[in-house]
Amino acid sequence: MITVGMDLGTQRVKAVVLKDNIIISRGIAFSGFDPAKAAEEAVNQALNELQLQLFDVAYFVATGSAMDMAPYVNSTVSMMGADAEAGVFLFPSARTIIDVGAEEARAVKCDDKALMVDFVVNERCAAGAGTFIEAMARALEVKLEEIGPLSLKAERASPINASCVIFGESDVVSLIHRQESKPEIARAVFDAMADRISSMVHRLGVNPDVVLVGGVAKDVGFVASLKRKLGVNVLIPDFPEYAGALGAALIATRRAKEGQK
Amino acid sequence: MKEPSTLKDELEFWRWSEYHRIAPNKKWTNKDIITAGVDVGSVGSKAAIMVNGEAYSWVITRTGSSSPESATKALNWALEGTGLKVSDLKYIVGTGYGRVNVPMANKAITEIACHAKGANYIWGPNVRTVLDVGGQDIKAIRSDEKGRVVSFLMNDKCAAGTGRGMEVFADLMKIPIEEIGEISLNVDEEPEPVSCTCVAFAKTEAMGLLRKGWSKEKVLAAYTRAMAVRMANLINRVGLEKELVITGGQSKNIGIVSRIEVVLGVKCLPMPNWRENGLDPMIAGALGAALFAKALYEKTQET
Repeated sequence: MITVGMDLGTQRVKAVVLKDNIIISRGIAFSGFDPAKAAEEAVNQALNELQLQLFDVAYFVATGSAMDMAPYVNSTVSMMGADAEAGVFLFPSARTIIDVGAEEARAVKCDDKALMVDFVVNERCAAGAGTFIEAMARALEVKLEEIGPLSLKAERASPINASCVIFGESDVVSLIHRQESKPEIARAVFDAMADRISSMVHRLGVNPDVVLVGGVAKDVGFVASLKRKLGVNVLIPDFPEYAGALGAALIATRRAKEGQK
Repeated sequence: MKEPSTLKDELEFWRWSEYHRIAPNKKWTNKDIITAGVDVGSVGSKAAIMVNGEAYSWVITRTGSSSPESATKALNWALEGTGLKVSDLKYIVGTGYGRVNVPMANKAITEIACHAKGANYIWGPNVRTVLDVGGQDIKAIRSDEKGRVVSFLMNDKCAAGTGRGMEVFADLMKIPIEEIGEISLNVDEEPEPVSCTCVAFAKTEAMGLLRKGWSKEKVLAAYTRAMAVRMANLINRVGLEKELVITGGQSKNIGIVSRIEVVLGVKCLPMPNWRENGLDPMIAGALGAALFAKALYEKTQET
């Protein structure tokens, strides 16, 4: 049975194609100002790779902030539900799933059946999401993929006002003028962000195993800081940015089977 | 040769006017109690010199990277043309974000106390609630008839509602910051506010709205509204009691002030004729500091 999960995020739309709950392909597109079109693009990209057609798909589930705009969809699932599903599928021992995206961060507590027990969300402040790293990389004049490795070279963190993207930007600019070391500034950025995420997770309780997903999970700088702040190991799957779409696809399989009964 | 349009792109839209005024028809003699308040904010540095507790000379200038230098620059500018020297100042109080770094100050006092005191001086004893909108924080202060602080709340962790946030928007929209208020009122109907909790998200939203074909006026209205809601929430949390006044840079932003009035359903006390009489709500902190300086000086004379 072929099922598809779509995750319509604020920055990118991700699609995962499953065949009998095995990942057989992925697709990704920039959300831009038309998330519906981006979702079509991501889904078709993933299907074309396997020379599959839309009608080969038994069931589509959408998640993500723009899930209401999703095409082809049979039903939707909350982002927290999708995170829990994917987290436990990828790591059966997972009980806390942290998802850090471009504009949002979430932590979900779940049981061994991937049922959500509790969750916390930060969706109000860019300092706890990927946007913060992007803004700081711009201020540091390094590429987004460079800021993580750069931060790993620092022994300590510069003192910056990292509670706010706007204040952080001006602080970073004046630190650069004072010729502070870029790795230390980068480290401060990740430490501050990890602080924010870790205090959010603590409100939920740090229940091992902890899994980190979402686009920001690809950033080695953030991962290092988060591990330090949480004081526990953090498991990261391959392709962490597809976790939401994977969770949606897994739920699609289940719902398709329920429909057949 | 650069095209004029390119030049316009390079203008610093966030830049607000720095100025110095000396009160007309005011003189000082050696018998007078001459005091000063220096308010080193995160964005602006203000200095006020008072003669017997009356505003005499005042300055608003941009804060540089060093607090002591900014304090010295503001005070020296305020002394210019007055015939006064620093040594003529009987007592100096430093306040603001950089108050502990005002080298010539005899004492440092928090800007919360100074703004309450300064607002009481500017508007009189009926002031009970002061909203101080600074460069990097916003404070809602409850005060009594003497300008003493009863309670306060502040947001200093987030740029939403602050002057810095407004500067970012001035640059984004390429509209001089001092014109934003007027322009934001130039809409037929008030649009839905953008995100009021994060300037970074509000920026993304604003760019999306511009691409959708919204006019700059409409986008500014939506942003200004969001920030006014943010400030009104802080006032409501501290508890609104009339009369309400606004100090700090945003007190001059008519778009913000009028929207706070709409959201709260009360009128602020009218803006004083600050260009003439020195009662500039942006220097309320420095005025309050100079008044504290006078009281502290008088105390030293008693003993």
